[in-house]
Amino acid sequence: MRVRVLFFGVLKEIFGTEDKVLDLQKGARVADLTAVLFEGRLGPEREWARSMAVAVNREYAKAEDTLQDGDEVALLPPVSGGGQ
Amino acid sequence: MRVEIVDGVIPAAEIVAEAKAGADGAVCVFDGIVRDNTRGRKTLHLDYEAYREMALEQMRALVTEAIERFGVRDVALVHRLGRLVVGETSVLVVVASAHRGAAFEACRWLIDTLKRTVPIWKKEQFVDGAVWADGEPFPEGVGVALATETVGQLADGKPFPEGGGVARAAVPVEKEPL
Repeated sequence: MRVRVLFFGVLKEIFGTEDKVLDLQKGARVADLTAVLFEGRLGPEREWARSMAVAVNREYAKAEDTLQDGDEVALLPPVSGGGQ
Repeated sequence: MRVEIVDGVIPAAEIVAEAKAGADGAVCVFDGIVRDNTRGRKTLHLDYEAYREMALEQMRALVTEAIERFGVRDVALVHRLGRLVVGETSVLVVVASAHRGAAFEACRWLIDTLKRTVPIWKKEQFVDGAVWADGEPFPEGVGVALATETVGQLADGKPFPEGGGVARAAVPVEKEPL
């Protein structure tokens, strides 16, 4: 199955793209997708996997949530909107 | 209820004026503006970006919750994206209510919660470089807690080798990673 992954903020720079399409095994969970994405990334880059949130179809998701074909998955670093 | 994400100047005075109604005894305004420095480092400008559709949905949900939770009459919540210079308004929160207590509380809750949960980010451009602003940690239940040991599976079903999960790194998070 295919999902579209969106990258924001610092993660967009780390992955060098705004979005990409990933082929995943049926039944893959959010944690499986992030494992694929962060495989081979070391040090500070990998640390973002701890502090980020993931949204599936524009709703905050949990690591164990199961993905569906066609889902829009967004990787969100800690947010910093608003005033300073 | 006025909830918007805009790319141009936020017409703050107009939004505050139109928020007032006869039943109100108080209008509480939070005007978030661009400061000229961060920890003493001189700021040239800020670039805001958002996961726009989700941010708007989250902002609408926050306003609905604030009205219910604090019993205020009406709320305007407007955030600006793109490049902002020192002194410009990045976010405006306007709460209209019969009494000041609820207006203050709702206004404070709205900006504090927005800053932790609405998917908007800012990059600070200084004289001597640029960094993504430190975000606040996501509240309990929002972060995906990928710190748990995870062994992923590739599309062909081949599991990652031991240690291939996302959470093995032991390097401290840098304050300003880029």
